[in-house]
Amino acid sequence: MPDGTCARPLQADLPAGGRAILPLSGRGLKVMHDGRALLDLEEIQLSGQGLTAVMGPNGAGKSLLLRVLAGLVTPGRGAVLWGEVPPRRDLRNRLGFVFQNPVLLRRSALANVAYVLSHAGLSRKQARSEARSVLVRARLGHLADRPARLLSGGEQQRLALARALALTPEVLFLDEPTASLDPASTLAIEEMIGAARRGGTRLVLVSHDAGQARRLADEILFLHRGRLIEHSRAEAFFEAPASREARAYLAGEILL
Amino acid sequence: MQDFGAAFLHAFELLLSFDPDLMEIVGLSLEVSLIAVAIAAIVGMPLGALLAVLRFPGRGAVLVVLNAFMGLPPVVVGLMVYLLLSRAGPLGLLQLLYTPAAMIVAQCLLVMPIVAALTRQTVEDLHREYDEQLRAFGIGPLGRVATLLWDGRYSLLTALLAGFGRASAEVGAVLIVGGNIDHVTRVMTTAIALETSKGNLALALGLGVVLILIAMAVNALVLALRNTADRLSYA
Repeated sequence: MPDGTCARPLQADLPAGGRAILPLSGRGLKVMHDGRALLDLEEIQLSGQGLTAVMGPNGAGKSLLLRVLAGLVTPGRGAVLWGEVPPRRDLRNRLGFVFQNPVLLRRSALANVAYVLSHAGLSRKQARSEARSVLVRARLGHLADRPARLLSGGEQQRLALARALALTPEVLFLDEPTASLDPASTLAIEEMIGAARRGGTRLVLVSHDAGQARRLADEILFLHRGRLIEHSRAEAFFEAPASREARAYLAGEILL
Repeated sequence: MQDFGAAFLHAFELLLSFDPDLMEIVGLSLEVSLIAVAIAAIVGMPLGALLAVLRFPGRGAVLVVLNAFMGLPPVVVGLMVYLLLSRAGPLGLLQLLYTPAAMIVAQCLLVMPIVAALTRQTVEDLHREYDEQLRAFGIGPLGRVATLLWDGRYSLLTALLAGFGRASAEVGAVLIVGGNIDHVTRVMTTAIALETSKGNLALALGLGVVLILIAMAVNALVLALRNTADRLSYA
């Protein structure tokens, strides 16, 4: 195919709108590097609705946890289950991932979104017209024909998010999506995240921004040195964090 | 030195008058080299991209061999193709020896390792950037190859350019399997060698000038394409 994509039929074994990924669980997850545990979690489960914010200082294992749950990194020990099964390639289009630095294809904004859609089985023509409406919904319609990599940083991240949401994923992982964005772009991203949440997508967000976590999160996972220190409702976490580490982190102390 | 000047003048006369003999030779050269590069690209690019994407035991050895084959001596490739296509050889029945088809086969074998090795390098760099995102999209190896080749298309022009440079400049392989037969398998490089040895410096020089002009034109075209790509951030 001229644009280098491979069309595949949509997964027939998926119940329409059904849940294939959730409940998403991890058991005994351990990732080691140079004799140090980068991640060491007994149990973690994501189900239901809403947004889980993963917080913690640098090196706490937040991004790694996201990658392990998304099946991008295979843990040295333990296992991740999507529903009943280990991560499988054919389930991946039920799951979205937005990286801190958006990885955009060397194509137009429109073609970036159409790529994902045609990979999920839409015809070239359908994919392009659906991609156009995805961009319009993300208020990026006027940029459809611009080369994606010439967009501003904020526009690039909005495009990456719109692309990840194009297939209405069951679960969306966001790894510090607004870390290097200005307030206006951050607001636009947060609005898109809010809309996805209302649409029923289960969200997992890594954020260093306590304000952002407060605005968006329903529950908090607080990690420190690869371990899960706290897992609580967002209000409870911000009002009265149970652990010393979380208290120090929220108070703006430097946590080592 | 006077000879040289006169030869140059005569060469330009031949060029400007579109001397039919000269044009025939130039035409055949372009035809053989372009077809050889096209076939080498169709096979070599996906091969190079697959090598960039896949990890398998023995991959390192394959890469060493591939990179070494970039420098295959044309006469050796010519000899191998000659043995294959000669009347007693395994493909002798095809009766391809001393035809342009044999020259295409030989040049194709010379160019393919270059195209594949340079593609592997380019695609591997791009793959480093795309890998995690493509995995998150659930793209399989073949889909990756297609995506990476398309997104690397402007950078990959360099690989084609190197291949074309090799094909149009080599003389050993086409001489052995083509035989430098007038009006049949005579191309620019073999003609230059022959005319020089006959003392017909004007024609030899004229051909040399054309060869260099073609190389420059192709390079300019590729540079222009790449500049467009840079402007669009596609490269």
